[in-house]
Amino acid sequence: MTVELAAVAGQSTSDINRAQSPLAIRGMTVSYGQKPAVFSVDMTVEPGKMTAIIGPNGAGKSTLLKAALGILKPLAGTTTVYGKSVSEQRHRIAYVPQRASVDWDFPTRVIDVVLMGLYPQLGLLGRVRPMHRAKANDCLIRVGMQDFATRQIGQLSGGQQQRVFLARALAQDADLYLLDEPFAGVDAATEKAIIGVLKSLRDAGKTVVAVHHDLSTVAEYFDNVFLINTRRVAEGPVASTFVTQTLQDAYGGRLAGAQMEALRLAPLDASTS
Amino acid sequence: MIWDALTLQLGYNATLVTIGAALLGMAAGVGGTFLFLRKRALVSDAISHATLPGVALAFMVMVALGGDGRNLIGLLGGAAISAAAGLLLVSWLSTHTRLAEDAAIGSVLSVFFGFGIVLLTVIQTMSAGQQAGLEGFLLGSTAGMLRNDALVIAGSAAVTLALVLLMRRPLTLASFDPDYAISTGQNVTRTDLAMMGLVLAVTVVGLKIVGLILIVALLIIPPVTARFWTERTDHVVLIAGVLGGLSAYIGAALSAALPNMPTGPIIVLVGFGFFALSLLLAPGRGVVSALLRHSAYQRRVHLRQGLLALAHGQPIYERLTLRLLQTQGWARPDGVATSDGRARAIKALRDETRWHIIRSDPAYEAAASLYDGLTEIETVLTNDQIMEIDSRIDLRGAVPA
Amino acid sequence: MNGSEFVPLSLVPMLTGIFVAVACALPGNFLVLRRQALIGDAISHVVLPGIVVAFLLTGVVSTWPMLLGAAGAAIVAVVAIEAVRRLGKIEAGAAMGVIFTAMFAGGVLLLEQSDTSSVHLDVEHALYGNLESLIWLDATGWSSLWDLEALAGLPVELPRMAITLVVVALFIAIFWRPLKISTFDEGFARTIGMQTNLLGLALVIMAAIAAVAAFDAVGSIIVIAMFICPPAAARLMTNRLEHQVGWSVAFAALAAIIGYVLAGYGPLWIGFADSVSAAGMIATVSGLILGITALIGPHRLRGAAAPTA
Repeated sequence: MTVELAAVAGQSTSDINRAQSPLAIRGMTVSYGQKPAVFSVDMTVEPGKMTAIIGPNGAGKSTLLKAALGILKPLAGTTTVYGKSVSEQRHRIAYVPQRASVDWDFPTRVIDVVLMGLYPQLGLLGRVRPMHRAKANDCLIRVGMQDFATRQIGQLSGGQQQRVFLARALAQDADLYLLDEPFAGVDAATEKAIIGVLKSLRDAGKTVVAVHHDLSTVAEYFDNVFLINTRRVAEGPVASTFVTQTLQDAYGGRLAGAQMEALRLAPLDASTS
Repeated sequence: MIWDALTLQLGYNATLVTIGAALLGMAAGVGGTFLFLRKRALVSDAISHATLPGVALAFMVMVALGGDGRNLIGLLGGAAISAAAGLLLVSWLSTHTRLAEDAAIGSVLSVFFGFGIVLLTVIQTMSAGQQAGLEGFLLGSTAGMLRNDALVIAGSAAVTLALVLLMRRPLTLASFDPDYAISTGQNVTRTDLAMMGLVLAVTVVGLKIVGLILIVALLIIPPVTARFWTERTDHVVLIAGVLGGLSAYIGAALSAALPNMPTGPIIVLVGFGFFALSLLLAPGRGVVSALLRHSAYQRRVHLRQGLLALAHGQPIYERLTLRLLQTQGWARPDGVATSDGRARAIKALRDETRWHIIRSDPAYEAAASLYDGLTEIETVLTNDQIMEIDSRIDLRGAVPA
Repeated sequence: MNGSEFVPLSLVPMLTGIFVAVACALPGNFLVLRRQALIGDAISHVVLPGIVVAFLLTGVVSTWPMLLGAAGAAIVAVVAIEAVRRLGKIEAGAAMGVIFTAMFAGGVLLLEQSDTSSVHLDVEHALYGNLESLIWLDATGWSSLWDLEALAGLPVELPRMAITLVVVALFIAIFWRPLKISTFDEGFARTIGMQTNLLGLALVIMAAIAAVAAFDAVGSIIVIAMFICPPAAARLMTNRLEHQVGWSVAFAALAAIIGYVLAGYGPLWIGFADSVSAAGMIATVSGLILGITALIGPHRLRGAAAPTA
């Protein structure tokens, strides 16, 4: 079989959606030391959809997200959110970091963490009014954590902590939700709760982008996928993009035939294996 | 005078102290390396500050027993006991409460030191305390040292160095890879304990020479400096030992030769001089070479991305990219490729495609792991392999207009 | 103890001690939570080179140049530590160890090399200050508190420390939310547009201001103790930041009062004639308080379940 030259090299060939896209990344390169974790990646997120960022371990999934948000400093690349720079659009973005990135021994309660999501509204000295508390409580109800409001955050299980993070993101009332491995190390009940909330966000017209590592749930949970392995491998609707060839490209043959089968994808073309 | 000092011709005591300092510096450099590699450098700060109440109590006990309280071995023994107590408290606080190690270190060092100050003010009011000279332990003082004390210091520094060298292997293993060390049956807890014991010994022996506030510098600066020059643990140990010994030797000699040169500070500053030079100039990890490398690397990344964008006929979003392309003569100011630029863009695109193929083909897994977006494919694959790859590429329609 | 003795001799040092303790404990809460407890240690060591350089430049021992010199040294130290950490890729603790020891050594050497015999400037003083010397000569009793003429003779350290405390407290109050959010979750703080690096630097500068204002009266050692011990003890008492800060203020004030009283009167009670170092005793008492909370504090263990209220 042959590979068409222009289509595979990672750059997005069209630029029409950049102005409307909730998240458009161009030429992003991030490097730890002398080896890039992400190289010259373009990404154009479709509005009102749930997009999964997938790829093998160390493929740069989380790095791409952090660099797009300015948490990491990229070597090259630009990011726009709804056509403007990230710093102009912060109020429209909600980010749910990896659980491991936070000091869980911090002396604070669940409800206080959710209230942090209201900071952009409250500002430095704005008073927390009953309506803010009601809103925070509402967000806890949406993730099923209302009974834990006054617990210290370190006393929660991993899944519960993840749901509190999601509640904080909900409190931000954003248009674009970015989640870094939201299902890593959580129990089945939490996973179900989280995906329910994310789908309701999508149904309300919001855009959701999540770094995801479990290939078996991609088709069930997401509308679009973005495959990355240092470079962009493919981007598009699950039905046309989450297929044997692109997975093979992204995972470089590290996915065994059995795994492919479990994903109910066609086995590989004999001539390439 | 300085030359006399450096060649050990300033008399018996000064020579003993200088040699003792050099031995101690080597022991500190080697011992400190293990602390540094286990990321516990500042534990030594708690240990050294915690010696003060021990020194003061030992003085008071010796006076109460009828001595004059200035016996160096007795004072150092007291220092060792209270330093050990401080060390135990640090590890108890950080394992048995939710406090992090830095808070445990800070609280132990400040409280022990504060209590030591209280005891010093008590001693000042004692009749024997007027000339106790215990303040010398704060900053070290080797001027006018008694012969016996000089012998004690040189001797104990030699013993400490011997112990450090003896323990070198298990310590290297434990600080490089604790899990592996455990799997080989090594008792890492006990090795850690031994490491702390060595640090404690260095601290106590160093009290009289460098003083308790600055002794940590002898344990920290040489390993940090050595780290700039090598990536290998055993070499860090070696270089740190040499640097520690050299700093202490030069410092002690300068202090003996020149007026108003307290031993501890000058040793620390010599060590810091080595550090500053290494920070700036070391190849590889030094700042200058890292900056040069980073900016060269950033240029390569931008040029490569620029070429790929040209190949796709895409606009170039970043000014830096465009400027670099122009400087190379590969693009015009309006972002359109020159003929040279177009040729390079096609080459870049073809290489990128080749990489894409080998990265998705398990047969090339070893080569694919070298991908970094910049490496020339010719350096990784043979011509035959490249031809095989090219046979899979459909070149039609690949050349942009 | 009556007013005519207490007010001139003990009131000012005791109040100064309390102000120092609280001004250090307030930023200390965040330093401890950010695992930067030892930055206080580093800052207080570099105060010495700062004042020595200020003295060499101006040739006089006066308050403002020395305060500025010390503050400048603190900022140089913080920037240098950060530079060594990032440029040399060296772990924070080791970077601190390199910088503060080198600066302290430089300070001692400058001091020894220059002619400071005529002025009161020495290492011991910078380390443990002289709280007991803050005597209010113009006071005759409690009534002096309303006597403007007597108030004019207050040792300058007291109002200076009071202003420092107000500045530090205002900083913590105004930036409470950003400090809390960025300490808990720095990545999130950045995504909502906080300048976390600037905020971190501002916190350290506040700590430096407290340390610098304090060293003259009480010396460095009490400063390190107050940065760490009261907040650490407070952390073991509660799981809420708001309450932790409250506890730390109470512990700091308590340590200052008990420490000062024990240093001044304790030796007399057991038959000694002279008092002992108040700064040292305050540090010791703060350590005892930490020891007690480490043994019985309700939240002393990691991840322990909340006690039933």
